[in-house]
Amino acid sequence: MNNKSIFISVAAFIAVIFIAAVAMYQSQQPSTVANELLPALERENVPTKGGKNAKVTIVEFFDPACGTCSQFYPLVNNLVKKYQGKVKVEMRYAPLHQGSEDVVKMLEAAHMQGQFWPAAELLFANQQRWVEHHVSNPDNALAGIKTLSLDHERLAQDWQSDKVAKIIARDIRDGQTLKVRATPQFFVNGKPLIVFGYQELLDLVEAEVAAAY
Amino acid sequence: MTKQHPLPMTDNRCWYLTFIAWVFATCGTLISLFFSEIVQLPVCVLCWYQRIALYPLVLILPLGLFPFDIKVIRYVSPLVILGWFAALFHVLVAAGLVPESAQPCVQGIPCSETHFNLFGFLNIPVMSLLTFTFIAALLYFTKKVFSQSTTKA
Repeated sequence: MNNKSIFISVAAFIAVIFIAAVAMYQSQQPSTVANELLPALERENVPTKGGKNAKVTIVEFFDPACGTCSQFYPLVNNLVKKYQGKVKVEMRYAPLHQGSEDVVKMLEAAHMQGQFWPAAELLFANQQRWVEHHVSNPDNALAGIKTLSLDHERLAQDWQSDKVAKIIARDIRDGQTLKVRATPQFFVNGKPLIVFGYQELLDLVEAEVAAAY
Repeated sequence: MTKQHPLPMTDNRCWYLTFIAWVFATCGTLISLFFSEIVQLPVCVLCWYQRIALYPLVLILPLGLFPFDIKVIRYVSPLVILGWFAALFHVLVAAGLVPESAQPCVQGIPCSETHFNLFGFLNIPVMSLLTFTFIAALLYFTKKVFSQSTTKA
């Protein structure tokens, strides 16, 4: 065997091993969240939109400072509208950006007054006013929320309360349990969106709706 | 064309040593890509510095293999040396010997966190350091064998 054929056969051997390893790993990946992790996915009293008795639940881990989350916001709304009553979306906090933890606390405080969605919509729509170079500025975010008609005294107390801090800490912990490393991260009826993209999310939701109804 | 160096038989030892260095670089590249792209482990800043030093070897070393060219060792040595030091630093960070404040990875992914452990000590930074050490040793021996064989001839 000359040098050239040694090189080619070893290179081919390495390539085959690599492809086999990738195929093996992917075939072993569970397509649903493991049962013992499900409690981390299903929490009560989280901000929800869509049919109360919907059989398809989208859980979205999001950061209000995340640009992709804000682009996905109307798309997810469309999904809920398209499958009226059949699909609901639950929002979970994943404050991955610097400074976002305080901002999601404000959102949770707004949620306690039943105003999560107007507050989230406002923050998404005005991201450039309170997010600079991927760093959240909670003061500017609060200035935006103040334009909503809320009980602002109560909101100011609530967002710094232990109760809200505990909920945010729980969501962050759940995100770590479910290996949420980027936002938005979607789970549809416990199935993680493995390949990220709107079409992929649409397909997953469609498949779950078809299976449930 | 004049035959400048009629290659003596010992020269194929040089070829094999460089070739094995290439195998190490290629396996390291594919293993690191496997962990980041397939298993989707987060990649910290220090890992990226080591990747910058490792990945080019996969392409540059074969250029020195066909035909065998001892100069390739000179060309890849800066990469190997820088990669080795980055890996050493990363091992120290992961082992907790370098304080948190001294490491450059503040945002997002801490370098001190290790996700993978084989036999209790073989985490990814250690594997990287071993890989760079093997590559450096193999290239050093290539050079040594080469200069021995040329002075004899």
